Amino acid sequence: MNSIKIETIHYSLNYGNFRAIEDISIKIPEKQVTALIGPSGCGKSTFLRSFNRMNDLIPGVTTEGEILLDGEDIFKMDPVSLRQRVGMVFQKPNPFPKSIYDNVAYGPRVNGLKDHKKLDEIVERSLRGAALWDEVKDNLNKSGLALSGGQQQRLCIARALAVEPSVILMDEPAASLDPIATLRIEDLIRMLVENYTIVIVTHNMQQAGRVSDYTAFFFTDETRTGRLVEYDRTQVIFTNPKDKRTEDYITGRFG
Amino acid sequence: MQRRYRIDKGIKYLLFFSAIVSIIIVFLIFFFIFQSSLPAFQQIGLRNILLETTWRPTNGQYGILAMIVGSVMVTFMAIVMGVPLALGAAIFLAEVAPRAVQNVFRSAIQLLAGIPSVVYGLFGMVVLVPIVRRIPVPGNSGYGLLSAAIVLAVMILPTITSVTEDALRAVPRSYKEASLALGATHWQTIIHVMIPAAKSGIIAALILGVGRAIGETMAMIMVIGNSVIMPTPLTDNPLTIFLRQARTLTGNIAVEINYATGLHESMLFATGVVLFILIMIINASAHLILRNGERS
Amino acid sequence: MNQAESNASSTVQSAAQKQPNRSNLKQRHLSQKFAFGALWVGGALVMLILLVVVGYVITNGIREVTWEFLTTAPRGGLSGEGGISTTIVSTVYLIGLTIVIATPLGIGAAIFLTEYAGETNVGSKFLRSLIDLVHFGVETLAGIPSIIFGLFGFALFVSVLHFGFSLLSAGLAGACLVLPTIIRTTEESLLTVPMSYREASLALGATKWQTIYQVVLPAAIPGIITGIILSVARVISETAVFYVTLGGSARMPTSIFSSGRTLALHLYYLAMDTNAFDKAMATGAVLIISIILINLIIDFVSSKLTAGLRENQ
Repeated sequence: MNSIKIETIHYSLNYGNFRAIEDISIKIPEKQVTALIGPSGCGKSTFLRSFNRMNDLIPGVTTEGEILLDGEDIFKMDPVSLRQRVGMVFQKPNPFPKSIYDNVAYGPRVNGLKDHKKLDEIVERSLRGAALWDEVKDNLNKSGLALSGGQQQRLCIARALAVEPSVILMDEPAASLDPIATLRIEDLIRMLVENYTIVIVTHNMQQAGRVSDYTAFFFTDETRTGRLVEYDRTQVIFTNPKDKRTEDYITGRFG
Repeated sequence: MQRRYRIDKGIKYLLFFSAIVSIIIVFLIFFFIFQSSLPAFQQIGLRNILLETTWRPTNGQYGILAMIVGSVMVTFMAIVMGVPLALGAAIFLAEVAPRAVQNVFRSAIQLLAGIPSVVYGLFGMVVLVPIVRRIPVPGNSGYGLLSAAIVLAVMILPTITSVTEDALRAVPRSYKEASLALGATHWQTIIHVMIPAAKSGIIAALILGVGRAIGETMAMIMVIGNSVIMPTPLTDNPLTIFLRQARTLTGNIAVEINYATGLHESMLFATGVVLFILIMIINASAHLILRNGERS
Repeated sequence: MNQAESNASSTVQSAAQKQPNRSNLKQRHLSQKFAFGALWVGGALVMLILLVVVGYVITNGIREVTWEFLTTAPRGGLSGEGGISTTIVSTVYLIGLTIVIATPLGIGAAIFLTEYAGETNVGSKFLRSLIDLVHFGVETLAGIPSIIFGLFGFALFVSVLHFGFSLLSAGLAGACLVLPTIIRTTEESLLTVPMSYREASLALGATKWQTIYQVVLPAAIPGIITGIILSVARVISETAVFYVTLGGSARMPTSIFSSGRTLALHLYYLAMDTNAFDKAMATGAVLIISIILINLIIDFVSSKLTAGLRENQ
């Protein structure tokens, strides 16, 4: 196992009085793809959004336990600097209504980078990193919204790369894409994992099997509180799960 | 069975009629205003109306340039004073204020919007004018462009604030999340993502505000002094022009319509036409600015 | 994966190793603090303006507002003596007249715009452009300054139709003024009624009108009421239109052909033609209090509306 990038220790989250996820302890290895799977409403997206503290935006959210990034408690960090280290790609592609260039340059610019040459460099590097450069290099001034869905999602990935994070969170990044665009995103994930730690939420079992090195299975009962059932190498989870519920879910008996 | 289908058909025509009433009213308004103003335009001439500064109906002099200048100046000043505050209030309401403050604040804006313009006018006369009168400049009566512009700035505040707030709230949540997830601060997100995305709504708010300002009548009559003379500085200091009494186009119509007859009456309708065209010019230029902004 | 992309991944690698540049973080947080501080000050200033205007008028006006003030007629003249009874009656008459004229037309227009707009039968192209035209008309009406409505009312109702300076002339002009408000709010609330309600009713064999009357309209009632109350508020606070159509008589109105003056108009006459600023303030206090009451009613109705919406979902 690689060194540990993110570790959660007895982490729980409540929306007001409702406990959404409970007591999750997990170690996410560096430069690996970790998939979070489980039925709808099991808290896996909420868990993912904890890593860059996007849940802070929701009024009434409280947390217990710890989340460590490189051994540092993220709740003691400044959320802005945390989000520079932990990038995120959302379920639906959400480029800004700005040009392709301005979308990618947004992160470096809010960081105070004004040098045009450096910005050009970063934009090109990030778009190449997201396997989009060849398709858009002649149209960098075109609106990001004019791209196809799959291209938009890769633009969002490029935009995240431009901030130079070490972790990228992906919340069902291919859920709204067609099968071909989905495969391209999956190829891209495998390419990115050489340099980044990736945590991905997915509903799609085949996808989890194809892209991830580790898989965490979340489950919930009638209390609707999400719990971690099993976490192991993807191969183990898919071929030899220890928990009956994991096996049932993987083989498609529910969910 | 047959009957209820006939009712259905009849009602459809009834509703159809209700719908076209709006068009009919617009048509009638245009028709009556323009038709009644025709004698003035024919007999006095567009040139003399728009470019002459002397308004003396008893003497057959009908130049309204002073009123055009009065309307434009007071509107411009009100925009300069009111818009920054209104935009700030809208951002505060949509993004910064805690929920409890939001609710109180929104009710306050709603109440400001509902206060009758004569009450603002009265407040201006009783409170504002005496304060402005204390500025030690010879010939300063307190009534004039400055007092009128302050009253007007307050009156357009709620319109611009609430429309801008709506525009900011209509920005997709995903934009905000994307920006924050990229490590932008909340303020950077507001400035670089929320406001640009809400731009067309904000421009619409400004247009509404300008329309409200230039169309305001009674409060203006009450505090602007209604002098028909072209506003000029009271002393060598050019800033004293703001202490000069003036008259708006709207005020000109309202003050004189009840006793005007003949050509004078027709000229007041012509004043209405000029007001109308002024508003259309402002709207069109705002739309033009908006479209150019979107292209770049 | 093509050649260019795999080359790129090696350059990204070196970039990802670097710690992000956080040197300006402090400055960014500081500018946010400063900006939000300024926004709080701006918000406080707006509240202060409201409190000063409303507070001043009410504290200075309320002393004069007695039962006697509300129930005696203004005596006219330069002293501005007397109360405001006839102006209250005129205001109420005018509200009634305006609403009676504008409401059916406004609701009818809104129903036509929402319920018949999507019809795809012969002539629907004509219908479409007609509906665009109606929308354009409503937008235009909403943007016309009120003094223009006054001029129009003066030209058509007062002069050409010989209604004179009267409640009828003012009511007709006022109806034109509030029509866009009623159309818009009704249209908005009709649009929030779920399509499934209509489909369910039509599928049961109801005609279009039966569906609208028995299913759609009841669900849209809070929105329609809001539109009507907003119009009431508009009539109460409007002055310019009635200044040039209502005549301004302080006597008790006896028919729709009577001249009259509304509360707001009375305030204007007191402030401009008399020295009775205390009475003007008192009238202003009455106006502000009625507007506050109306706002409370609107809040109540719209909370019903949102509650209703939640049930719909």
